[in-house]
Amino acid sequence: MKQTNVIKVENLTKMFGDFTAVNAVSFEVKKGEIFGFLGANGAGKTTAMKMLIGISTPTSGDAQVAGFDVYKNPDDIKKNIGYMSQKFALYDDLTVKENITFFGGIYGLSRHQIKEKRCQLVEELGLQEVVNELVSSLPLGWKQKLAFSVALLHDPKIIFLDEPTGGVDPITRRQFWEMIYKTAHNGTTVFVTTHYMDEAEYCDRVSIMVDGKIEALDSPKKLKEHFNVASMNDVFLKLARG
Amino acid sequence: MKRFIGFIKKEFYHIFRDKRSLFILFGMPIAQIMLFGFAITNEINNVDIAILDKSKDVTTQEIINKISSSKYFSNKQLIENEAEIASVFKKGKVKAVLIFENDFSKKLIKENKATIQIITDATDPNTANTISNFTNSILHNYQQEINKDIKIAYQIIPQTQMAYNAELKSVFMFVPGVMTIILMLVSAMMTSISITKEKELGTMEILLVSPLKPFQVIIGKVVPYIFLSVINAIVIIVLSIFIFKMPVQGSLIMLGAESILFIINALSLGILISTFSETQQTAMLVSFMGLLLPVMLLSGFIFPISSLPNILQIISTIIPATWYIIILKGIMLKGVGLAILWKETLILLGMTVFFMALSIKKYKIRLE
Repeated sequence: MKQTNVIKVENLTKMFGDFTAVNAVSFEVKKGEIFGFLGANGAGKTTAMKMLIGISTPTSGDAQVAGFDVYKNPDDIKKNIGYMSQKFALYDDLTVKENITFFGGIYGLSRHQIKEKRCQLVEELGLQEVVNELVSSLPLGWKQKLAFSVALLHDPKIIFLDEPTGGVDPITRRQFWEMIYKTAHNGTTVFVTTHYMDEAEYCDRVSIMVDGKIEALDSPKKLKEHFNVASMNDVFLKLARG
Repeated sequence: MKRFIGFIKKEFYHIFRDKRSLFILFGMPIAQIMLFGFAITNEINNVDIAILDKSKDVTTQEIINKISSSKYFSNKQLIENEAEIASVFKKGKVKAVLIFENDFSKKLIKENKATIQIITDATDPNTANTISNFTNSILHNYQQEINKDIKIAYQIIPQTQMAYNAELKSVFMFVPGVMTIILMLVSAMMTSISITKEKELGTMEILLVSPLKPFQVIIGKVVPYIFLSVINAIVIIVLSIFIFKMPVQGSLIMLGAESILFIINALSLGILISTFSETQQTAMLVSFMGLLLPVMLLSGFIFPISSLPNILQIISTIIPATWYIIILKGIMLKGVGLAILWKETLILLGMTVFFMALSIKKYKIRLE
């Protein structure tokens, strides 16, 4: 059972001076799971995530990501995870092809692997027509899907998504979640932060952070039962209002 | 290494696809050097001078004729007494006053020497310096002419005096200044903007989450700019040698080495600026106000340091460009080497190490 936990967090804490951004949170994420990391803006979810992806050092507590310790082996963690931030994060002034080559390159893929991956990705997303166009000319929805696929280029064990669907239309959002499902189905763990409560319903399990602490952690169904409400939105409102 | 080449390639895509940065990189150096170059070469021709001839004899008349016929001077104006000197200068058109002492011819014959005083308006130090050089060479030629057939040489002794900027320690020479500005612009401003741009777009985060080490990201970002800075430096030197016939007296290798040192210095400043700028506009503004303006105004590029108020003179010593300009002038104009310039080089090296350490530290803090 233990091996199936790809993320293990115990009493993880981050302080900025006197301010405790993340207050002794503990949780585990299983392999192939879609784990929703919820919270209002400023609740500490981005800070917690930054510690897990190795760009912020925890003040105290323990965390293991993809089997590696966040203190000792942040470089090994980086090789085994993918990340997509709330800001759209491909280069606008590079073509689709150049973006794929660049990001494949920094993850150390060989030229052959990059080409293979590119053909596969372009076909799946139906980008054949625009592969040599600048990314800036693509509609936002396409960019988002492309960014997601690029983050998966090196077959990471876990993909971290930081509010990936901010600012996209409902149809694209729906398609995006289909991609997430497919990814999880292929065995990649998905760790996603969001503040769309309808998206929380799509997750296998969700944690809800309030003021640096995890106040609830379970499947959406059980959470709704526990709080005796009809939707995740109501669960969230109940928790956030204390 | 392969990752690194991919990174550099991507950086060049950014640069070559952005018309604005292309213009700054390649348009600016050429435009600046032409602008400064031609503005200055025009100034040396047709300068107005005033003459105070106290002896009014044959010799003084001959010298006056020589000077008037030179293409450098036009509109000579005769004045009658010393009191008028200040007033002609203050009107601004006259850039130099020549004063022949009393009994010029007689003294020359009797004592074999006579004195001519050259007062120049040194508020524009470059012009002042050029005028005094030209006048001296005219006098020198005349002296050789009259000395041809006689045994004991007559000596005409020019006494040069710079008015309004008596020290005239820093000769305003535009090439070192332009070169400094361009290197600062390309290395510091462009790098800080390009790093901040990645932060703004969110791609910096992606790069930091990738297996690339933070220092690899930074090196990948600055290497293309080192390359472009070097190309710019070469373009400027080539232009000034071939178009403006600027002599480069000293060693080109030393010039190159010192320039690379200064480029690294400017890059460290650029990285430093990018660590605390959140937007490209901030980076641009900070680079402009914090780097380019001081370089233009306080480094001795446009205004000689010796004519600055004390407090600004002190500030000028903490600007790396000040030392780089001194080094450049030394190498280009005087042809001196490390034996003379070791102190300036050491200061520049110290500043480079300091800013580099500071920017690495700041960069690390930001990552926390």
